[in-house]
Amino acid sequence: MKKNSKLSGFYLGLIFFLMYLPIAVVVVFSFNQSKLPVAFTGFSLEWYDKLFHNSAMMEALVNSLILGVLSCAISAVIGTLGAVGLSRIHWKSKGILEYISILPLMIPEIILGMVLMAFFYMLGLPFGMLTLLIGHTVFCVPYILMEVKARLVGMDPSLEEAARDLGASPFRAFWDITLPLIMPAVVSGSLLAFAMSMDDVVISIFVNGPRLSTLPIKVYTQLKTGVTPEINALCTIMLGVTILVLILYSLVGKHKGGKNEQTDRA
Amino acid sequence: MKQFKHLIKPYIVWSVILIVIPLLLIALYAFTEEGNEVLTLSFTWGNFAKFLEATYLNVILKSFKLGLITTFICLLLGYPLAFIISRFSERVQSTLILMVTIPMWINMLLRTYAWMNLLADNGIINHLLSFLGISPVTMMYTDFSVILGLICNFMPFMIIPIHTSLNKMDKSLIEAAYDLGANKVQTFVKVIWKLSIPGVVNGIMMVFLLSISTFVIPKLLGGGQYMLIGNLIESQFISVGDWNFGSAISLILAVIILIFMSLMKKMDKQDE
Repeated sequence: MKKNSKLSGFYLGLIFFLMYLPIAVVVVFSFNQSKLPVAFTGFSLEWYDKLFHNSAMMEALVNSLILGVLSCAISAVIGTLGAVGLSRIHWKSKGILEYISILPLMIPEIILGMVLMAFFYMLGLPFGMLTLLIGHTVFCVPYILMEVKARLVGMDPSLEEAARDLGASPFRAFWDITLPLIMPAVVSGSLLAFAMSMDDVVISIFVNGPRLSTLPIKVYTQLKTGVTPEINALCTIMLGVTILVLILYSLVGKHKGGKNEQTDRA
Repeated sequence: MKQFKHLIKPYIVWSVILIVIPLLLIALYAFTEEGNEVLTLSFTWGNFAKFLEATYLNVILKSFKLGLITTFICLLLGYPLAFIISRFSERVQSTLILMVTIPMWINMLLRTYAWMNLLADNGIINHLLSFLGISPVTMMYTDFSVILGLICNFMPFMIIPIHTSLNKMDKSLIEAAYDLGANKVQTFVKVIWKLSIPGVVNGIMMVFLLSISTFVIPKLLGGGQYMLIGNLIESQFISVGDWNFGSAISLILAVIILIFMSLMKKMDKQDE
């Protein structure tokens, strides 16, 4: 294989520089003393302090966390049931079901958002936490379903059969054998779903009520009117959370690999 | 493994209620008139006729123009990048691909906002320009800033599929081309490019679809008056309140997307 020339190395560096520079600027200026984001005048945590004393922001943060955890938990149950169910059926309509299962990720977010808004309005549901929660599960379930489905494909069905042969009830065999084996996939799928829920703007804009606000919605409204240094601080924190979730996700992934080896040996 | 077949049932109920029915609902809205009352059905083509007015046609044309420009630049910049990455050793490749994917995980608002800092009239770039004695340039709230935002947000969606198909390629084919006397350019055009077309098609499709349906990026980088298809749909639902017209636009967008996807699939098959 050919080695890359210096020029291609430079090109690679340039593109990555352009990709990461703006984000680095946000992080750096979140610690800036001056209000204007043009020159770094000195290190300060003033904007973080202001942010934590901004009660509207904190309320939005709490809303986002509640929403993220609840939608992730509900989606974990529905997504796992769906994935296990899909692996056990051999109907003709299985293909259609599988197609529908990833549909929420295929159609543009804006269409999904408006569709849900119209649907909730028709049902007469009051817009607020409930509609946000249902809306978020719609796009969270596919992440968990896909992870669990991939895990089930790689699983040896004879394990559960062996448990049945040894006299375990179907429920017991599922609970003691299958569920622990797919658990890492449920966890990693839930982490993805949580990250998606915490970051979602488009669908939330359509299904949130007039009084309720999540963190991304709050940021979006502020950005439309004007930029404040507090937003830099907030974005830096959100970036930190995203990176943390990604690290956790890759750790769970590694754990998954380790388990695979064990079952292979067994 | 026949047990637990019924586990699928709650999932089916969930997906029919929350995915299938709502999607069918927009078709109903699009072909009916008057406010939000679905119960008083009176079918009409009016929502689609309204779309043919010059103002709205211009919005769709502009969305297409920006989508095409964005897709083209992403391909132009992304292909060489994917190509360079694919020539590193496996280990370096996975690190570089991780570096391409990380921005996809970072909140879209943050990535878009990051550019606002740089491009603003009194932002960093203009500040640097004034140091050099160049008069400030207006960059925010123009086509330039919107296209830049779209490119930076959607570039990874171009790079990754191209890299995947470059990486999957049988390397001995390239060696064979050299052995048979092809030069670098010929090898690239006749072997590498041809074999990477599925990735290119996938990348084009994703970037184009994402750029014509977004509304957050044009709103933030283009300003409140900036209208693309996404913004038009959003404003019909959030501020104007003409849901039927909004649904009609969404339906048109969905049809455009379907046509586009089937065209791309056809091209893909022909190349194979």
